[in-house]
Amino acid sequence: MSIFVAVQSDDFCVASEYDELRRHSACGAVVTFSGLVRELSDNTLHSMTLEHYPGMTEQALIAIAQQAQSRWQLGAVHIIHRVGTLKPNEQIVFVGIASAHRAAAFAACEFIMDYLKNRAPFWKKEHTASGDYWVGAKASDQQALARWE
Amino acid sequence: MIKILFFAALRERLDCEQYLLSCDGKMLQVADVLQQLQSRCQNWQQELSRTDLLCAVNQHLVPLTASVQDGDELAFFPPVTGG
Repeated sequence: MSIFVAVQSDDFCVASEYDELRRHSACGAVVTFSGLVRELSDNTLHSMTLEHYPGMTEQALIAIAQQAQSRWQLGAVHIIHRVGTLKPNEQIVFVGIASAHRAAAFAACEFIMDYLKNRAPFWKKEHTASGDYWVGAKASDQQALARWE
Repeated sequence: MIKILFFAALRERLDCEQYLLSCDGKMLQVADVLQQLQSRCQNWQQELSRTDLLCAVNQHLVPLTASVQDGDELAFFPPVTGG
């Protein structure tokens, strides 16, 4: 199985990632997920800055991909996470899975996102009309991990 | 020396990115280091007493009972919010 992990300020192209994932031998299914910068309900978000812990972040993402690999039979896992300042609707994160069958690809994609949200050292700061605020961790993200334990 | 790093909201509230601490060749628990840092001032006492504080030794998440020694990289940070 191949694992590709990138932490970058540049944007990514979902079509290119998909093309690469579908090239894997014995691949019968590709599932992709993209996370975007969501506008606030009152439309006051100017931008969002993503900070991370260089070195640990990459290791954490690889470890999460390896955990997924040990639970399901996967052909390839791609994880891309952007850092730096992003505007509403910009892409933040990409997870792509190639596998023989769809069930493993869907499950692994959700598993990776749930673990990424709770274990990978990224932090979001929102820049809004009323000031700058660090985003707090959500209990629902933590609860999402329970189904895999 | 132990290199101690702070990230995100914690870094801003402490107004400190990196701190060096000598442990004279002794093995310490992360909790001991935390206690030394808390004793610096009231602000550090308050910020480093938060129950949701996470910690990593050499870039791996660990509990406060983990050991650290000279040459290690120790990091403290708030709950992560990526994705």
